[in-house]
Amino acid sequence: MTDGADTARTQRALAALAVDPGGLKGITFRARMGPARQALETALRKLPGPQHRIHPAISDDQLFGGLNIAASLAEGRPVRDAGLADQPTMLTLTMAERTPSGLAARLAQLLDTDRGHALILLDEAASAEEGAPQALLDRLAFHIEPKEAATPVRLPAAADLDVARKRLPRVQIPDGALPMLVTLAARFGIHSLRAPSLALRTARALAALDAEMTVTDAQLQEAAELVYPSRATMMPTEAEDEDETPPETPEPDQANAPDTDRDQSLTDLPDDILVSAIAALLPPDILDRLAAKSTRPANAAGSGAGDRRRGNRRGRPLPSRPGHPSAQARIDPIATLRAAAPWQTLRRTGRNADRALVILPSDIRIKRFEDRSDRLLIFTVDASGSAAVARLAEAKGAVELMLAQAYARRDQVALLAFRGTGTDTLLPPTRSLVQAKRRLASLPGGGGTPLASGLMAAGDLAQLARGRGLTPMLVLLTDGRANIPLTGDPDRATANDDATRIAASLRAQGISGVLVDTSNRPTDTARTIAVALGARYLALPRADAHGISTAVTSALGA
Amino acid sequence: MSLAFPFSAIVGQDTMKQALILTAIDPGLGGVLVFGDRGTGKSTAVRALATLLPPITQVKGCPVNSERPEECPDWATVSDTDLVERPTPVVDLPLGVTEDRVTGALDIERALTKGEKAFEPGLLARANRGYLYIDEVNLLEDHIVDLLLDVAQSGINAVEREGLSIRHPARFVLVGSGNPEEGELRPQLLDRFGLSVEVRSPTDIDERIEVVRRRDAFDMDREAFTAKWQLEDAKIRDSILAGRALLRKLEATDAILRDCAALAVALGADGLRGELTLLRAARALAAFEGDAAITRDHLAAVAPLALSHRLRRDPLDEAGSTTRVTRTVAETFG
Repeated sequence: MTDGADTARTQRALAALAVDPGGLKGITFRARMGPARQALETALRKLPGPQHRIHPAISDDQLFGGLNIAASLAEGRPVRDAGLADQPTMLTLTMAERTPSGLAARLAQLLDTDRGHALILLDEAASAEEGAPQALLDRLAFHIEPKEAATPVRLPAAADLDVARKRLPRVQIPDGALPMLVTLAARFGIHSLRAPSLALRTARALAALDAEMTVTDAQLQEAAELVYPSRATMMPTEAEDEDETPPETPEPDQANAPDTDRDQSLTDLPDDILVSAIAALLPPDILDRLAAKSTRPANAAGSGAGDRRRGNRRGRPLPSRPGHPSAQARIDPIATLRAAAPWQTLRRTGRNADRALVILPSDIRIKRFEDRSDRLLIFTVDASGSAAVARLAEAKGAVELMLAQAYARRDQVALLAFRGTGTDTLLPPTRSLVQAKRRLASLPGGGGTPLASGLMAAGDLAQLARGRGLTPMLVLLTDGRANIPLTGDPDRATANDDATRIAASLRAQGISGVLVDTSNRPTDTARTIAVALGARYLALPRADAHGISTAVTSALGA
Repeated sequence: MSLAFPFSAIVGQDTMKQALILTAIDPGLGGVLVFGDRGTGKSTAVRALATLLPPITQVKGCPVNSERPEECPDWATVSDTDLVERPTPVVDLPLGVTEDRVTGALDIERALTKGEKAFEPGLLARANRGYLYIDEVNLLEDHIVDLLLDVAQSGINAVEREGLSIRHPARFVLVGSGNPEEGELRPQLLDRFGLSVEVRSPTDIDERIEVVRRRDAFDMDREAFTAKWQLEDAKIRDSILAGRALLRKLEATDAILRDCAALAVALGADGLRGELTLLRAARALAAFEGDAAITRDHLAAVAPLALSHRLRRDPLDEAGSTTRVTRTVAETFG
């Protein structure tokens, strides 16, 4: 795909959104800071209607309105601030990949009220596991992920947009359009029924833009190309295959039957032209991304032996501190009164003379609590040939036992496996044990031992988890016989150097862990890695799954 | 507030709709848990409930929706004795909510500006006699979950904090929805929901087309669409009202009780709550359908709703429990 096509899509999506912001709900724009994003932001500013920029840490008071404590105290009566979302507006959420689930739920509710709000997510996620919350992605019509393209995004003139907006309610949909969009969505394995609805509205908005009174095939195709690619969960099977073995897709006969006796022009479109057009827009790593997307980490908090963290809402109480009240911060009334008490006589002068209590914003004390964050156990399993011969099965058994314990302790788990030349994230951080078990059972063994790559992936995941407030811990199951360095070419000496170097960098990041030596005869190689990691070393030449599990549990100080 | 999508216009998802209707007939059933994929109409169904349900009568201005003036709590200082009709409350509990907002807390406004100690009621007060809806219930913070469980069971919200000592009734039907891929629900919480439903995206292409068609018609002209379905909604509403009247007259015969027990034992369901819910759900279904007695058919129809989430379960077990219930029902009733 060329840069020009990319910009053209962005242009059309933005124009459609300008015509029907309340119906299409918004755009996810996934790109790091760069020329492409700047071009988009410039175009965004030109969209009509009120706009606000918000960030993931925004408080409910700012977003939905609330009491202005400082003004209330000064005036002696409650003064309310209006929130940004009180009136229909276009909200631009920056750093959307860091959106906490609470805010995502609020925004989703806001979009569901259908009062004409639209949301632009600027997602700067660095890896496939990161990203804006699914609850929001599912509700927004467009998802754009540009390659580097600095071409300026041009929008239709404001007057044209006005005309299109007036035309929108009168745009007609041809009979066959709806079944076609639904069938197409099904062929791409899009389960959510919001997708076809959004595609239909997009087609309507595009028709209004193109000064058509009836949606044409071209607009339907364009709408499908804009809405479907990011949601696809599978590549459509070829038509020939489908006739013999329809997998999860609906029967083609049944699907196409309603079309044939209706609008003739529409029957040609869905099958081949559209499918190949959308397939071309699918990201190449769709399958990898699916694995990551299907299990978003649970952000729910629970008790665990994670790091201590200061919070304002729960945990062990700490002394109150002066501060500004907000939805996230609870006022400590007793401490506030205590702070204000000595000054009452002095303050009761002038216009405050008849007030029983004079409290100034500087008196306000905020409650603080100390809490422990969730623990994330990163299981990094050596699935190479040498380990497979020895005891991959035992390692799997041990991981399964530890998973059961993690469930009891409300820990989150992630599963990485390294073999051949690289590392696979079998399971991003989750609490869903069924998923973990399923992925583990299907883990094959064989190939070289890219220990360095495994450690690096574990380190990246640990960093990511830290960003989300989890406390990562590493459980490494390996025989330590690294033979594939980071470059991917077999070379035992370099491989060992690489592994030790990365182990040292993990140690510098302060990730604690344990290394379980799964080789038949414990050797110094694994011990060296453990020392470099600063991890506890466990040599268990003849232990069964239970032995490993008990050892790990006690080593991690559970 | 814009118009909600009409309940009767929701295509398919019959089990979910049935479960919600059963709680409308017998609010004592103890809530509904809806687990399933995104975009399957979970939120739509719950929000549609508010317009579907028969209105309630309450004292004007009472923060806990009391039915009679003498039931109004002292702290609320309700001076009105007028009764007004209003829709059944359906209150949303957002994920990031603080404990203060849920239980209610010291009214900071009044405390700071007037120096008065007053209670500001929370979401639990607003949900009294209605529904409390939690989207993504499996992502809710643990301490809020514990609090909700406690109140849902006792029906009373007790606030003991910041020098306040307040109690008020909080009887509500808890409706939770979520996506199981994002995390599981603690068994303790699972058990507190009376009924559980698994929803899936419809796989039938015609059904999917119909869903999108209706949604589109609704979006294009809300008034006309709602008016078109008003009659269907009214029919369900009448059946609910008739069902409520009939509910007390339906007696559980020994044979039915024995069937309930046999089912629960065959499935190895934890505790006795499963049997009780099974019986109540079967009675509510019989009442909704206007039948004179509870039969095995009613039991079989509600068994997956009432029992599938109560089976003793290995956290690593993958087998679907609804299938297990259906199979056991078939075996037990031969």
